[in-house]
Amino acid sequence: METMNVWSEESSHIMSYELSHLRELEAESIHIMREVAAEFENPALMFSGGKDSIVMLRLAEKAFFPARIPFPVLHVDTGHNFPEVLEFRDRRVEELGVKLIVAKVQDAIDRGLAQDETGPRASRNRLQIPTLLDAIEKNRFDALFGGARRDEEKARAKERVYSFRDDFGQWDPKGQRPELWNLYNGRTKMGEHIRVFPISNWTELDIWQYIAEDEVDIPSIYYAHKRVVFERDGMLLAESEYVTRMEGEEPFEELVRYRTVGDMTITGAVESDADTVTKIIDEVAATRKTERGATRADDRTSEAAMEDRKKEGYF
Amino acid sequence: MSEMLRFATAGSVDDGKSTLIGRLLYDSKSIFEDQLEAVERTSEKMGNDYVNLALLTDGLRAEREQGITIDVAYRYFATPHRKFIIADTPGHIQYTRNMVTGASTADLALILVDVRNGVIEQSRRHAYIATLLRIPHIVVCVNKMDLVDYDHDAFEKVKEEFREFAMRLDVPDLSFIPVSALKGDNVVDKSANMPWYEGPSLLTHLESVHTASDRNMVDVRFPVQYVIRPMSDKYHDYRGYAGTVSGGVLKPGDDVVVLPSGFESTIKEINTLEGPVDEAFPPMAVTVRLNDEIDISRGDMICRPNNQPIVTQDVDAMICWMDETAALHPRNKYAIKHSTRAARVMIKDVNYRLDINTGHRDEGATDIKLNEIGRISFRSTVPLFVDEYRRNRATGSFVLIDETTNATVAAGRILGESAH
Repeated sequence: METMNVWSEESSHIMSYELSHLRELEAESIHIMREVAAEFENPALMFSGGKDSIVMLRLAEKAFFPARIPFPVLHVDTGHNFPEVLEFRDRRVEELGVKLIVAKVQDAIDRGLAQDETGPRASRNRLQIPTLLDAIEKNRFDALFGGARRDEEKARAKERVYSFRDDFGQWDPKGQRPELWNLYNGRTKMGEHIRVFPISNWTELDIWQYIAEDEVDIPSIYYAHKRVVFERDGMLLAESEYVTRMEGEEPFEELVRYRTVGDMTITGAVESDADTVTKIIDEVAATRKTERGATRADDRTSEAAMEDRKKEGYF
Repeated sequence: MSEMLRFATAGSVDDGKSTLIGRLLYDSKSIFEDQLEAVERTSEKMGNDYVNLALLTDGLRAEREQGITIDVAYRYFATPHRKFIIADTPGHIQYTRNMVTGASTADLALILVDVRNGVIEQSRRHAYIATLLRIPHIVVCVNKMDLVDYDHDAFEKVKEEFREFAMRLDVPDLSFIPVSALKGDNVVDKSANMPWYEGPSLLTHLESVHTASDRNMVDVRFPVQYVIRPMSDKYHDYRGYAGTVSGGVLKPGDDVVVLPSGFESTIKEINTLEGPVDEAFPPMAVTVRLNDEIDISRGDMICRPNNQPIVTQDVDAMICWMDETAALHPRNKYAIKHSTRAARVMIKDVNYRLDINTGHRDEGATDIKLNEIGRISFRSTVPLFVDEYRRNRATGSFVLIDETTNATVAAGRILGESAH
């Protein structure tokens, strides 16, 4: 019989019946995804094209192999995407043979559900909330997988794996359901749903180590490349048609890479020459700044910016 | 050695719990500059004299406003030896259910005791909950040693006091470490202030504690979670049973029996996306294929013919009640989740209520209320495949859910089959 590569490389682990920490995290995530597929009527996986949702999609592929992933992929599209990420999304969805549902912020604006912000700091970050909630209602999703990790941010550090949302999509941080062992309570009433975070216990470094070990494909913008950027609030934002530069914000070319991938208007690049996964891992292991702190303007508005957005129904 | 250690910390802010965690994270270089800057800014704004490391873990608005921990916060750090997941749990009695949430998956419990106060009610309660959840390793950090001039006798006194109390509990592995979280003594590095202490620092202990034998590798238990049927040309007749190994080691060729049907077969293949594997053990998530076509669905259990769990509708259990709106009474009905099986249960009897501060059993109790622990018996609508919790955490645990509110109302550990 053929033996599989992942475990045979670590034969010492087989002898002692122990898994490497990545394989233990992987097993936990797969367990959660199967649990959701078994117990919910209509789940979907939220996919942003970022590394976390890419790893999550890979885990879903593993959980149901050799069958297809038994739920669709949902992309909340601000219209301000990195083109490399959209390309990647379409290719991956095609390879896996899963259904892609795109919920567009622009449609929500056109239908009067949301209103574009104005000015040079305009962002569609918050507009994703009504767009997402509308897509949930229209498609009658009762469970949504999200790629949030607890090490990302202090409000997320408090959130359950199964995070209950009421009719309005709201999170109630003070009234979370107790969650014990690996017994998850997914019961909802009509109109309510559960956000499920299967990679809650992974850290940024775990994600990168997994990408390296499993040779997971990721969009090119994660690797060091030359890009025209300008500096705002200590972050390097990409020059694009979606952002208006303010006075004194001069564009220049820099060797950069992205640590997180979101909307082009709020995701900052970091100066880096890491052009391979190994170099990225070295960089992440040595960094002294959290990924959201270094690269996300949306978390900088206040001490509890994430908690407040989550209460309204954010990812 | 296991690469990952999950541990739960219990204690109140006053015991220095958050300071200790902050110290572990800070000294192991797991706190980032922007996090520290944010904490410094907030501490200053709140008028604190020193940087309040508790703000690192108390992430919710309400927690920072009130200066207390309400819910579990998860923290992550790694050393070259191990990856750690900390469940930082609240110490106050009104948040016992949140402590139970954080402690349920822990390999180790870290209990803080203030050397000046000795073993107080709260420390006893935390130790009690840790043993009820059967966390295999307990470390007692005797904190604030700097405030008693690093006195050896003061440490020994607390240690004796705790040992005496712990004798009545079922603790497989108990250690004591004298520390000063504020000054960093014996947290990451061994302290020069306490030459009389010959044991390891806390971090060294956490890095070396042996957890491999905590998992049950003897009794094969494979609860079927999801049936995989690709229905594609390539895998036309494929039928696989996906699940997480809850106990024992499965190998191709093994004789197995499927519960509840009792049909026997042999394992044809254990599958993963990377290909078949030679064996599967806890906590691997795999897909098992059998050599015979038998009817198997979610909630069934694959095990060995000569080693089966208890198959019963009548269960004797300890529970922690978690619902603030209603108490548990005999004849109440709930939904139950046990491994991958869902059913309904009716409470038959409240055996006793446990005073977790003294260990006293109130046998006259007729209900179990919020944050109370008690022994009950129930009958389920269908047979459950159970093991005693102390033998297998995965097949010995369950939760009860209120069918009207959908709230998770109880966490339970199975003691065995109850009288009919």
